[in-house]
Amino acid sequence: MKICVLIKQVASEDSSLVLNDDKLTFDSGSINFVSNEPDTYALEEALLLKENNNAEVTVCTFGSDSCRQVLKDALAKGADNGIFISNEGIDDSSPINIAKVITSCIKDQNFDLILSGLQSNDIGYSQIGLLIAEYLDTSHASLVMGTEILDNNNKVKVKLELENGWFQWSELSLPSSLTIQSGINTPRYATLKGIMSVKNKEVKEYSKDNISYTENNNYKVVERFLPQKSKETMTIDGSPDEIAEKMLDVLKNKLRLVQ
Amino acid sequence: MEIVVFIQSIDGIPNNNSLESLCAAQKISETKNGNVHAITFDKDVANNLTTFDLANIIYVSNDELKDYNPLYYLKSLELLCNEINPNLIICGHSYQTRDWVPRLSARLDYPFISDCINFSDEGEINFTRPIYQAKLNEKISLSGNGIVSFQAGSFSKDELAQGNSSINEKSLDLSGVELTINPGERFKESADGIDLSTAEVIVSIGRGLSKEENIPLAKSLAEKLNAQIGASRPVVDAGWLDHSYQIGSSGQTVSPKLYLAVGISGAIQHLVGMKGSKNIMAINKDPNAPIFEISDYAVVGDIFEILPKLIEQL
Repeated sequence: MKICVLIKQVASEDSSLVLNDDKLTFDSGSINFVSNEPDTYALEEALLLKENNNAEVTVCTFGSDSCRQVLKDALAKGADNGIFISNEGIDDSSPINIAKVITSCIKDQNFDLILSGLQSNDIGYSQIGLLIAEYLDTSHASLVMGTEILDNNNKVKVKLELENGWFQWSELSLPSSLTIQSGINTPRYATLKGIMSVKNKEVKEYSKDNISYTENNNYKVVERFLPQKSKETMTIDGSPDEIAEKMLDVLKNKLRLVQ
Repeated sequence: MEIVVFIQSIDGIPNNNSLESLCAAQKISETKNGNVHAITFDKDVANNLTTFDLANIIYVSNDELKDYNPLYYLKSLELLCNEINPNLIICGHSYQTRDWVPRLSARLDYPFISDCINFSDEGEINFTRPIYQAKLNEKISLSGNGIVSFQAGSFSKDELAQGNSSINEKSLDLSGVELTINPGERFKESADGIDLSTAEVIVSIGRGLSKEENIPLAKSLAEKLNAQIGASRPVVDAGWLDHSYQIGSSGQTVSPKLYLAVGISGAIQHLVGMKGSKNIMAINKDPNAPIFEISDYAVVGDIFEILPKLIEQL
């Protein structure tokens, strides 16, 4: 069985995110790059499926040269090979175009399963894995909380998280594209042996010249900006003692929650 | 401009977020002189919609649509959109929307602007959506056809324009759909443990509490304030507290007199569940934490230095 995991490189949570004058891109010094955390759960799920079902795991990313790092990290954890799709000269600002590009690079590989994180922690479309399901005409499931391969690798049974604390089991014919809910497993760390093995693993490269797709130009990012505050906020700061005292004052005299 | 709004429902009750999005559709149609077509798969919901000002209510009566299956939903909307040729399709940004609407986007080649919080008419319509866990917003322009989903609470269903609309009942040919997806019965994991919806005060803990061993610190604060404990998703995922404590889009929605957020950065999925609180006080080391955007009291500092001192004085 062949599994593809889609992993995105994103700004880490502690990045300061300073916008350039174009109001679209960020000062590169203000961003630390990491693998998108939700995608690391998708990778772990693939590696667990590999251990139990004799699968081959391919990791795929789309982005600038720095994104090769997320492939290296995934290969070190146990993925078998990688696909790097360069975004140079390609519009990567609309989900529909991103999905078309990735589809065109993976469609001939006949993956049985495509796994991705529920959403990315940067732009957060939460669409790519599901758009690809449609382009490849596979089954799909989102917010997957558990997976089990059935029926001689012909089906996957998934546990889904619905709204308001409801869950559901669903049976899907393979091939399928699943978006994985965070917290479903405990992502492993790379071992030294794993890190050493990376250089022997193959990474296929794709760029503008060997990708064909029909671009949709309806979706354009106009600008990025700091949100306007919707309410008056009183800042409480100072030494720990001062802060505790000011908080107590609010709890007592403004909110009247304590005597 | 033709605008289609899909009204999600369960057991004859329309999803709130769908009604809010219907209100957004009415407002967009006002500025663009458009027609709003509401689509529902439930007869009772269709009847409820007749009191709103809509160009058209389409009720699809097929048995295949009684329970949610993304493949039947997709085929139905594909067929209906082929007739209506909408410029814009609008839905609430629910879990269900996130499951099937991306595929509709691919099928119709309508880009999907997901999780929006507002729109503005600047010739083209622009939509605003939060990015980077709500630390920033971005404005997306839509030229040509597209799909938009609005986050819960972005519009108010109380502002829906009233009217007298009629129902157009349809039955669609869904026989060609190959069922590669077979959902089972819905179920709940645990009997509803804690009900936070009526709590007066909630001390809610987030990842900033660092480790499970620090939970007693938050609990003793809660005790002093006569408060209930709540949590953000990472805390539940890490197993520090049971799922029933979770507040946010996949947990409970609360509106206490005081919501005291301890070490919660304020991911959008969390904010959805608590932004209706009367007073919000948040403690966080990072002065740029998104939770402060909606806080009445922003306490900037170290939880582990502040809380012991506060507890001592209470």
